[in-house]
Amino acid sequence: MSEPLYHFINARLVDPATQFDGPGEVLIQGEVILASGPQVASSSEAIIINCDGHALMPGLIDLHVSTGEPGEEQRESLSTAGKAAVAGGVTTMVLQPDTQTVIDDAALVDFITRRGRDRSLARVLAAGALTVGLKGERIAELGLMADAGAVLFTNSDRPIVSTRIMQRCMSYASAFDALVASRPQDAFLSEGGMMNMGELASRLGLAGISSAAETIAANRDIQLAELTGAKLLLDMISSEATLPRIAAAKAQGLDVTASVSVHHLTLNENDLGDYRTFAKLSPPLRSEQDRLALIEGVKSGILDVIVSGHDPRPAEEKRLPFDEAAFGASALETLLPAALILYHEGLIELLDLVRAMTLAPAQILGLPQGRIAAGAPADLILVDLGFPIRFDASRMISKSRNSPYDGRTLQGKVLTTWVGGKKVFSALD
Amino acid sequence: MSPDSPPPRAPFTKRHLLQIGDLNRLEALELIERAEVFLPFTQAREKKLSTLKGRTLVNLFFENSTRTQASFELAGKRMSADTVNMAVKSSSVSKGETLLDTAATLNAMGPDILVLRHAASGAAQLLARKVSCSVINAGDGTHEHPTQALLDALTLKRSFGHIEGLVVAICGDVLHSRVARSNVILLSMLGARVRLIAPPTLMPADVDRWGCEIYHNMLEGLQGVDVVMMLRLQLERMDGAYVPSAREYFRFYGLDARKLAVAAPHVKVMHPGPMNRGVEIDSDIADDPRVSLIVDQVESGVAVRMAVLEALASHGANEEADDV
Repeated sequence: MSEPLYHFINARLVDPATQFDGPGEVLIQGEVILASGPQVASSSEAIIINCDGHALMPGLIDLHVSTGEPGEEQRESLSTAGKAAVAGGVTTMVLQPDTQTVIDDAALVDFITRRGRDRSLARVLAAGALTVGLKGERIAELGLMADAGAVLFTNSDRPIVSTRIMQRCMSYASAFDALVASRPQDAFLSEGGMMNMGELASRLGLAGISSAAETIAANRDIQLAELTGAKLLLDMISSEATLPRIAAAKAQGLDVTASVSVHHLTLNENDLGDYRTFAKLSPPLRSEQDRLALIEGVKSGILDVIVSGHDPRPAEEKRLPFDEAAFGASALETLLPAALILYHEGLIELLDLVRAMTLAPAQILGLPQGRIAAGAPADLILVDLGFPIRFDASRMISKSRNSPYDGRTLQGKVLTTWVGGKKVFSALD
Repeated sequence: MSPDSPPPRAPFTKRHLLQIGDLNRLEALELIERAEVFLPFTQAREKKLSTLKGRTLVNLFFENSTRTQASFELAGKRMSADTVNMAVKSSSVSKGETLLDTAATLNAMGPDILVLRHAASGAAQLLARKVSCSVINAGDGTHEHPTQALLDALTLKRSFGHIEGLVVAICGDVLHSRVARSNVILLSMLGARVRLIAPPTLMPADVDRWGCEIYHNMLEGLQGVDVVMMLRLQLERMDGAYVPSAREYFRFYGLDARKLAVAAPHVKVMHPGPMNRGVEIDSDIADDPRVSLIVDQVESGVAVRMAVLEALASHGANEEADDV
């Protein structure tokens, strides 16, 4: 007996791959999409799913997610991360290697990948550590990890201080055509910093991290990409000043891409208010001028990808004096509704916004998902774009509820999520 | 008006004193005026008032500070509060007890006023959200030290009769100074003109937006000033990290007779203490009663803290915390 056909009708299809945003239908069977278009031929056995005019789009691909597994499952396990992900419309997540046991060898990449398959409702892909133990001293076994399925290599938020080591890592990675992700931040310049350097930090008496710390490091890594020919992803850009450097690298024809976290597109340093540690992020939230420039960056394509930067931290790591509190926000569940603020405010077209969370990351990693096309994996989300939410962090699915959006009004709700043709989340259940 | 009579105007409405920025001009002036009333009383033979009878004041000091702690303790005792000093040794912090654990324990003991000194900026704000009593910030990291600014303002008022129009130069490690931050806000609010003098490495980022005049040359910065307020420079910051050496620092930013000569003839010198003699200030100046207000500052400190305690006591004790 063949697998059941599902026929999504009455949808607003949003597919960046074909630049299509309009009424349409999708037919899926098994794990893949069979057909899509304004109208698709179906059979009488097909199970009809009426989308009631809501937006049907590819499931989101989140290139920057941390969990606590293995080692710190009290922060987040693969299982809870997966539940939070699909509730937020994320169907593929790339996990950072900065777990307690650093993901720096092939067996660990294999462990994460298998464990993800067994435990997580969303697809799990592993990012491997660029250096052994993320110590920035020795090149990790990039080739073996790539064979085991690592989709990119990064030193997470621990900058590689030695330019020579970074050059060797990138040079070596280029032999495998491997993607190197760098979170650009000059280690010395940013040392001890707690928030964006500027008038507010000075007034609050908190040590600042200047934009220059990012721009200097991004400059270095762009130069090294030119020198080595490595594929470089500049991860989680926060400053206006870095954007022209990325634009220049792209214009020069280097294989350089860049991401930005949804927080940096929707919040600024003033959200720290009276020492709100839940808005203490790395890189730090910057000025309103930076935020507006980053939005322009997404529109113009200088910034390719929007990530959640999901970094679950239990309350005891956050309810501390600002200097002592952990950086990071639990963000899988807010990625889409927060990003949709930009659409509702008329700042970014829906297709451009969705592309940055679907097709663009898929293309950077060479994944078949992220589009609504015949033969592509049936990773789909149905979204009520206008649904108003008064976001209540205490009701989050993630094990850690450190959200800077607590109490805020967001707009847009995931109604159902499908991964590989299976319904893994429904807001109605 | 006697110290035992109630304060003259509208009651103080704030529950905490966390930062100068929370006060408006009128509230600040009233605290200073009220402290002035307490001043002669601190010199009287009989020093006990009944204002805080039955109330409990807890000094919670995560950093050592003999003089601030003693000042709050004396202020509390002179107003008949039961005063308890808790010096939280760094060891119990390293045992994993957090500020909020300590706060929860203390809160259960039902104090009326908590005085907090802590190394982290924003610690007082955090504590205030978690306890059901009043919180006084006695210095949080590099953020604020509001009672120091109030006592400095009182000292200036005693010496000059007014604050409005005074030109005050604050010199030294502005970057790490909570005293400077509180004073910049308060003195500006009260109509003084504030100059900041420091090498660029000891100035906060975007300090030009504080509404002060910025100088890197002390001789220029001190031209014609009425008041020189020196700041303490931690010795460990003079090893090349921020300035090359103590002797170079004293040469360019230490207060000596040569530099002081360019100030107004009636210039007064202040220092929040403890002083590094010969590093930021010449002993001859610090000890010269014609110039130095340093002893007056200490005296003002107790009076100002009495005024603050009285103001907060007018507020009901043990109300619900905002967020427990």
